[in-house]
Amino acid sequence: MNASALLLQLMQNVLVLLAAPLLLGWINQCRAWLQNRSGAGVLQPYRNLIKLFHKDAVLAFGASPLFRITPYILLACMWLAAALVPVLATDLPLSPAVDVIALVGIFALARVFISLAAMDIGTAFGSLGARREMLVGFLAEPALLMVLFTASTISQSTSLITIVETLAHKQFVLYPSMTFAAVAFVMVLLAENARIPVDNPSTHLELTMIHEAMILEYSARHLALVEWAGALKLLAYMAIGIALFIPYGIAEAGNWNALPLAIVLLTLKLLLAGAGLAFIETISAKMRIFRVPEFMGTAFLLAVLGLLTHFLLET
Amino acid sequence: MFASVGVLPIDAILGVTVFWLVLGLGGMALQKTSLITRIIFPLGAVGSLILAAAALGGLSEIDTAVLPLGLPDLPFHLRLDALSAFFLLLLGATSIGISLFSAGYFRRMAAQELGLLCLEYHIFLASMTLVFLADDAYMFMVAWEAMALSSYFLVTTDHDQPEVRRAGFLYLLIAHVGAIAILMGFGVMQGGHGDYTFDTMRHGHLSTFWASITFFLALFGFGAKAGILPMHAWLPEAHPAAPSPVSALMSGIMLKTAIYGILRVSFDLLGTQIWWWGVIALALGLVTALFGVIFAAVQVDMKRLLAYSSIENIGIILVGIGLTIIFHTSDKAALAALALTASLYHSINHAFMKGLLFLGTGSILHATGERHLGKLGGLIHKMPNLAWIMLVGTLALAGLPPLNGFVSEWLMLQAFLLSPGLPQAYINMLVPIAAAALVLVAALAGFMMVKFYGVIFLGQPRDARIGVVHDAGLWERIGMLCMVVGCIALGIFPTFVILHLDFVTEILVHDSLGKSAVQSGWSMLTPIAAERASYSPLILLFIIVTGVVLTMLVVKKFYHGRLRRGATWDCGYPEQSARMQDTAEGFGQPIRQIFEWFMGVVRKMPTPFDLHPHYHAEVHDRLWDLFYVPIKRANEMIGQQIGKLQHGRIHIYLLYSFITLLALLAFVE
Repeated sequence: MNASALLLQLMQNVLVLLAAPLLLGWINQCRAWLQNRSGAGVLQPYRNLIKLFHKDAVLAFGASPLFRITPYILLACMWLAAALVPVLATDLPLSPAVDVIALVGIFALARVFISLAAMDIGTAFGSLGARREMLVGFLAEPALLMVLFTASTISQSTSLITIVETLAHKQFVLYPSMTFAAVAFVMVLLAENARIPVDNPSTHLELTMIHEAMILEYSARHLALVEWAGALKLLAYMAIGIALFIPYGIAEAGNWNALPLAIVLLTLKLLLAGAGLAFIETISAKMRIFRVPEFMGTAFLLAVLGLLTHFLLET
Repeated sequence: MFASVGVLPIDAILGVTVFWLVLGLGGMALQKTSLITRIIFPLGAVGSLILAAAALGGLSEIDTAVLPLGLPDLPFHLRLDALSAFFLLLLGATSIGISLFSAGYFRRMAAQELGLLCLEYHIFLASMTLVFLADDAYMFMVAWEAMALSSYFLVTTDHDQPEVRRAGFLYLLIAHVGAIAILMGFGVMQGGHGDYTFDTMRHGHLSTFWASITFFLALFGFGAKAGILPMHAWLPEAHPAAPSPVSALMSGIMLKTAIYGILRVSFDLLGTQIWWWGVIALALGLVTALFGVIFAAVQVDMKRLLAYSSIENIGIILVGIGLTIIFHTSDKAALAALALTASLYHSINHAFMKGLLFLGTGSILHATGERHLGKLGGLIHKMPNLAWIMLVGTLALAGLPPLNGFVSEWLMLQAFLLSPGLPQAYINMLVPIAAAALVLVAALAGFMMVKFYGVIFLGQPRDARIGVVHDAGLWERIGMLCMVVGCIALGIFPTFVILHLDFVTEILVHDSLGKSAVQSGWSMLTPIAAERASYSPLILLFIIVTGVVLTMLVVKKFYHGRLRRGATWDCGYPEQSARMQDTAEGFGQPIRQIFEWFMGVVRKMPTPFDLHPHYHAEVHDRLWDLFYVPIKRANEMIGQQIGKLQHGRIHIYLLYSFITLLALLAFVE
């Protein structure tokens, strides 16, 4: 572990933390454009956060310490996930601590904490949201891991750095297995980040809500942290997607000259991915909660198909 | 440590066994509740500690002993090798906490009853120790039966309740069906020599056919003790019936005696293995795990929920054993060592986390008198100590990093992922799909644990009668803290654990992970090679804690910190009552809906004209109808047919004897 690598790690840590709301803002802006609205601008999430941080926190009478600590744990987990995915350079000293399976474990940890916090006050909406969140979670997790398994059988490794290095070094080939996996991954990304068609991030007072139902009782700084963690989660998922499917242009270990290009490329990839997400959300409608198992089942089958294709065609 | 004072580990372990028996008898004689709880049980915990230390010392050596007890010319053979030592370590390390907890838990029991329970409790511990030490079939069966009987009496402690008696009977019945299968397995293995020592069996050579017969007899017989499908029916009945420390002992340790038995027979006593044994064990393990977790998620009784979760975890361990057999027969020793390590690691993890959770349910039961999840709620306000202790167990059982449950699941998934390259092409393709099923099990376990913790500890009390409750007592808390320490240490320092597990994998599959597992330093777990996979719970924990602390400091520095308490918002609905929260049934509803084909659900719906509509749904185990009931019917039918032979007239019986004699004579001719 040398000093430059450590510096790089620190840089990525700060960068993801600060840039996460921007990605959310960009997606919302794209959605507005696609829906013929003028939109609130890409900086709106920052304004929301500042507003929330200025407010007085209101805590329900029945809230326990678990309820108050959860936003911090949530933020820490998502920050960790987003900071350890190699998207800028393959030289992240802390990345070996967490491989793809552990990464899924961290997402699960955050999910369990937010679900517990939702049940803490004892409201009808809270436990309803918790139950649904865990439902989506246990459906999405196998599909996500099958996607990751496909990538890791190609590179013979579950370490993110090795996966990225293997895929980035190979000549650009369209792996049939990775194509299936990519489609499955997008479906998992939509479900895990509470986007349409599984959940709608921009409505309240709807009996179909999942994520918003869980965080109803949060206010002010707690809500700000939860929102920020949500933005970080979206960024982390996009980063994983970029690392697995389009890692090209990433800076090699110790190669600082390649870094500016890597930053430009990464920004472009994120902008494209965000626009793509907004497009998907605009053309699809939210589905009933019990259609979600079918949706996630499709994602799982696609991922399995990818893995089988790998065994049949690519070995 | 033991060598320096001139005591062999096996002698120390036998000493602890005798010590436990003396303690049990002493408890019988004392006849005073306060003395039994304050002296006998803590002393029993000291015995456990010595046992754990001796077992740790015994990991690296092989000791044998012959006890001149038992029948004439049939002395008891004892042997301590790494496999025994590992399971003894598991027994010692987890029973420390359980015994300390018992010191607080039984403080209100009547002296006479408690004396008996104390005797049974310590006989139970001692017989499990002897099961792990036995080196001949005779000794093994004696210890095995002592274990079954003592645990039967422990399960039926509250024998004035009919359902407890029923649960005890079911347990005893299935335990004995299993014991018969084990006995027959030993009978096949001794191969007609008449010598039942394990040493002879080790050197015997069985044909493929008889080896397979033995393996499946062992899988069935030990499976009945472990709760492997379809012999699981006793688990969800017996665990809720038993007092909580006994449930912890049974679920945490006794189920592992069956795992020990399967490993002992299939890797040590049987010289050969065939790859499809592994496939069947793997498939059976997966079905068991899925069955367990799905049923756990719909339970409404907190101890039944945990019992089903034990079935799930045994399934996961069996998956690892199956994978080990597949790798071992394909000459992939390193991978076999990885899968076996994962299995053993999960065994000890499960002992700690399930022990902890069962102990916790004991405290809840004492405080509230309620096992039904639908009436609990909000206990985090009334029992804060217990709530935080149980949070650790909950997260561990849900398989979340950085706790112990995640490490073994991670190792297991690594074993699955590294499987490509097996000679059987179909298995190569099916193995990753089995891995996906395992992930589904793990994810469902998360669902189940959120339900368990959320319904018991969070929200508001669902039943107004559960008002005044007290937190867990000091002894109870100390006992549970021992288990918490185990869960955390096993989660944070996996490399140390694996270095010790190496002794076991070395004798069973002749390879070990140790040399590759620690190549990047002790804090980084790298089972095969650093570039293939690595995981560091310590760094992970460090980053998360740093993240939490940093965020808190920054928020504290820049935020005005104003906070007020207010009424619940809940989208502006003014009327809030505890009845509006999710019940345990409600929380399990998605599982019921998605997996309805898997379980039998009996629903009673109200008609539209009902003035007092009542909705009732009940989940049934289909295996009762598909497996147990037909066997019972067949049994009764055969019984009736045989009954026809019996007329009660002496001359008819004499005629039977005469015909038998003639037939025998003809046969001898």
